[in-house]
Amino acid sequence: MDIIVVLLLFAGLFFFTGGALGILRFPDFYSRLHPAGKLDTLGLLLSLTGLALYNLHHFSVGALLTSLKIILIVVFVFLASPTATHAIVDAGIRAGLAPWTKGEERR
Amino acid sequence: MAQDNEQTMESMDRGHSMNSDEVGSSAGPPRNRRLFFYPFILTFIIMCGTWVLLSGKFDAFHMSLGVISCALVAYFSSDFLFSSPKPAGLLSKWVRFATYIPWLMVEITKANLHVMKLVLHPRGMDMIDPKIVKFRSKLKSDLALVTFANSITLTPGTITVSVSLDGDFKVHAIDKASGDPLPGEMEQRIAKAFGEE
Amino acid sequence: MDHIFLYSSLYLAFLMLLSLYRGVFGPTVVDRMISVNAIGSKTTVVLILIGLLYHRVDMFVDIALAYAMLNFVAVLAASRYFQKRKGLYDEGPFR
Repeated sequence: MDIIVVLLLFAGLFFFTGGALGILRFPDFYSRLHPAGKLDTLGLLLSLTGLALYNLHHFSVGALLTSLKIILIVVFVFLASPTATHAIVDAGIRAGLAPWTKGEERR
Repeated sequence: MAQDNEQTMESMDRGHSMNSDEVGSSAGPPRNRRLFFYPFILTFIIMCGTWVLLSGKFDAFHMSLGVISCALVAYFSSDFLFSSPKPAGLLSKWVRFATYIPWLMVEITKANLHVMKLVLHPRGMDMIDPKIVKFRSKLKSDLALVTFANSITLTPGTITVSVSLDGDFKVHAIDKASGDPLPGEMEQRIAKAFGEE
Repeated sequence: MDHIFLYSSLYLAFLMLLSLYRGVFGPTVVDRMISVNAIGSKTTVVLILIGLLYHRVDMFVDIALAYAMLNFVAVLAASRYFQKRKGLYDEGPFR
């Protein structure tokens, strides 16, 4: 049981690492949104699922409710994260930022 | 130039909101008693589940408070969550939608691994080639279009930039491999899930 | 198990520092918004880890839920606010 929890947690941390590195490495703001908005979402899903499983160790009604609340956070983030990403893209487009294309200087 | 641009944008906005108003009035608030009943009950059940989950207290006082507030909220906003006035297709639609979720999860995981490869690859910056892909979707209803747009955004490598009510999509794709297969299989699966073959 | 949680949350804090670089030195305002969004989603996990470390998850899970919602609303409000601003970046208008 503990092994599954640790595996899920570390997989989540791995995706979080990818998200943070992607924000630093990618050349412009549109491509930075790809790791930021979505690698983070999957990382949150994996690590919070692991923590919800760990929370069920000593089973009781309260622990079950807490785990369900953690799953509720995951569901909420899955609905909210694409919307937030889309809002940021929209702000960039309306402010007139042109997307980076291959061969240009990074910014 | 900037002034001009802003004006066209505003007029576009106005056109947009007018369009959505028309759609809203044609669907119409279902004030017919029988048609009003099913969305009300479904919303009420979902609200009660959320109340019990968030409060975690099972004594009579808290439960009665929950039932009262759930009934009020469900009465005022029952036509938000289930906008379709037909009760028959409501449940089967949600069941079919639930079968779409696991496929989406597999797709998200595959695409996430692809973007991880781009991020961690030492020459990854030479491999990305961002461009804007435009295509027209054949989906009709608002809910299907929104689901499609959110699914595109959730699969990494592609972000929905704009959607129009007619189904014109603009998608920012990070490289050729993730941009080319659009709209593809995902659109067919959403069409099946919402009964728009 | 407590050690694993402790070091995971320290590692997440380190990743937040990496994202903070983009928030401080990011060339445009939208870059800073991306950074805020990324830091917020990591904070949600860190809050639950803290709850597990102090054996009070039932309390911290509510804070995490509220924080996730607040993060979403903050990003949405910021992007609505900045989208009418011209000249975030001096280039021709792109549609």
